[in-house]
Amino acid sequence: MWTTIVNIFPYAILFTIPLLITALGGLFSERSGVVNIGLEGLMVIGAFAGSYTVFKLQDKYPNEGWVLWMGLLVAVAAGILFSLLHAFASINLSADQVISGTAINMIAGALTIFMARNMTGSGNIRVPGFSPFNVPVLSKIPILGPLIFTKTYWTTWLILAVLAVSSFVLYKSAFGLRLRACGEHPHAAEAAGVNVKKMRYFGVMISGAFAGLGGAIIILTYSGEFSGTVAGLGFLALAALIFGQWRPLGVLAATLFFGFATTVANVSQVIPSLAVVPPIILKVFPYVVTLLALVLFSKTSRAPKAAGEPYDPGKR
Amino acid sequence: MNNRIVISLCAVVFGLLAGAVLMLATGHNAGSGYSYLFEGGLKNAERIGNTLATATPLILSGLSVAFAFRTGLFNIGVAGQLLVGGFCASVVGLGLDLPKVLLLPVMLIVGAAGGALWAVVPGLLKARFNVHEVVSSIMMNWVGFWTVYYGVQSLIKNPSSETESKQLPEAATLKAAWLTDLFHGSYINLGLLVAVVIVLVIAFIINKTTFGYELKAVGHNRDAAEYAGIAVNRSIVYSMAISGAIAGLGGVVMYAGNASNIQIGILPSQGFDGIAVSLLGANNPFGVLLSAIFFGLLYSGRGFMNAMTDIPPEIADSIIAIIIYFSATSILIERLLRRFKRRRANAKIAAVQEGKVKKSYVDNDR
Repeated sequence: MWTTIVNIFPYAILFTIPLLITALGGLFSERSGVVNIGLEGLMVIGAFAGSYTVFKLQDKYPNEGWVLWMGLLVAVAAGILFSLLHAFASINLSADQVISGTAINMIAGALTIFMARNMTGSGNIRVPGFSPFNVPVLSKIPILGPLIFTKTYWTTWLILAVLAVSSFVLYKSAFGLRLRACGEHPHAAEAAGVNVKKMRYFGVMISGAFAGLGGAIIILTYSGEFSGTVAGLGFLALAALIFGQWRPLGVLAATLFFGFATTVANVSQVIPSLAVVPPIILKVFPYVVTLLALVLFSKTSRAPKAAGEPYDPGKR
Repeated sequence: MNNRIVISLCAVVFGLLAGAVLMLATGHNAGSGYSYLFEGGLKNAERIGNTLATATPLILSGLSVAFAFRTGLFNIGVAGQLLVGGFCASVVGLGLDLPKVLLLPVMLIVGAAGGALWAVVPGLLKARFNVHEVVSSIMMNWVGFWTVYYGVQSLIKNPSSETESKQLPEAATLKAAWLTDLFHGSYINLGLLVAVVIVLVIAFIINKTTFGYELKAVGHNRDAAEYAGIAVNRSIVYSMAISGAIAGLGGVVMYAGNASNIQIGILPSQGFDGIAVSLLGANNPFGVLLSAIFFGLLYSGRGFMNAMTDIPPEIADSIIAIIIYFSATSILIERLLRRFKRRRANAKIAAVQEGKVKKSYVDNDR
């Protein structure tokens, strides 16, 4: 049993990280008052931008580590640029945010494969990725060492740092307070001198940056190949956001839960004690649990009150 | 209404222009790209038949989304409902040994029921617990995805392939020899007739019945509808059930008409295209019919275009996605139209000042 846990733990964390950063991006967007179901598409954009960059740079600079980091950076930039489409539609034009998000998903899926096919013909881009390493000293700690500090990736620590900074910014900085106010009561925020539109732009752009980063991390850690989709992980991140009740630590717990659930479902066939469970149960588990959570939290939901509503300064 | 048509046409024009820019930017010839794209969908009877066949599931998925929109709900779970409806119909089609005239209606009913079942869950959650239907139907999409994945594998797996179901027998498909001959060997099938009938039925329900009026009233203003004595919660569940049933029929048409088995491991893109179809068709059943045929044309012509040029077929998907973005931001187009009108009015005033038109006439006109 212990060896099984030790074996699947690094994979579960690996799978959790892209989900975590994307859900965290969604958190900033929704906390500012803009629902973003385009997370899936923004992840695809990040995945494409990341693999495109690494693919192009690796010819000139083979085996150089900074190429991968450059891939992540370009993915962040692409995510921000693309999220502006959603921001413009939902903030300036008061468009239906769900429809605009759906459009983002569709444009991302179609456009990236179109571009990738122009490059490689098949539409798939294979790239090298980060290598895992054992943290010196810390990996020798009993129990925690083998679980958390072995076979770990630099990206994992980067994202955990981003999580810590995000929590701080959201709850301890003026920026975070203003952002949250825009999602709860935009008119009060405006009256207090906050530029609601600007804050919402920031929220959506952060979600674009984080989702793009998440998409690129998938490619550069466990997937290794861009194929035009992230297989519903963006929607799962959205579920994690709700499950985590729009709080950073809640999102961390929810994504860890989904990360483990998915990893267990993926490896269940080779673990005797799990092979007896029909795989369908493990596969639908995260989604059914989210549905149940939606019902359970329906009375006490902490969803940002103004999320999804276009801000109309004339409406009091 | 007239305004909506202009907006939809503008969205189409912008989408096609953006597609042209995309082709040019990637070093292709946009002119020949479009001429092959439209030739591929319209060149001869067979290709026209294929265009209509490609449009058939889109008509139903678009209608499903449009019906939900009209009643104030956003059914983003059409993909899952298509899949489940198609799966239920396939199980019945493979399991029951009936003559074709009986089997097809049974399959259609079972497919509609499967789709309805999948849509009722978000409907109930919305009515009973006020859970937003968008999130719950996205979850239902993935539950449906995996249910069908393992359902096909354990019930109707194709012995020669891991990722598809058994071929349906002749009696269990909507293919009809006379229709295939009429269109010179196209894969057009009876599904098109089903879709057109459903369009008429839904248009009638929405526009001409008390039931449809009540559903629309709930969509417009839940509180006012309740005050008027309409059972709001029941209406929400009915709306989702009908929307899901239409999607389920779309699944039957897809998997037992255009195709004759189910590929597992993909969420059918037709479900999301339904949102685009519905938006472009201004949520009107006949608008849905037209826009589905237009998207069908893009999808069925892209193969020919890809064969004749080296433009990737995903250009069609890109154009559709851009059209939906322009539909979503229709306010932008409205503003442009308004500015255009104002400029025309200003031009008229300028003309007056030059003394070409009588001033009093224009004052009345404004």
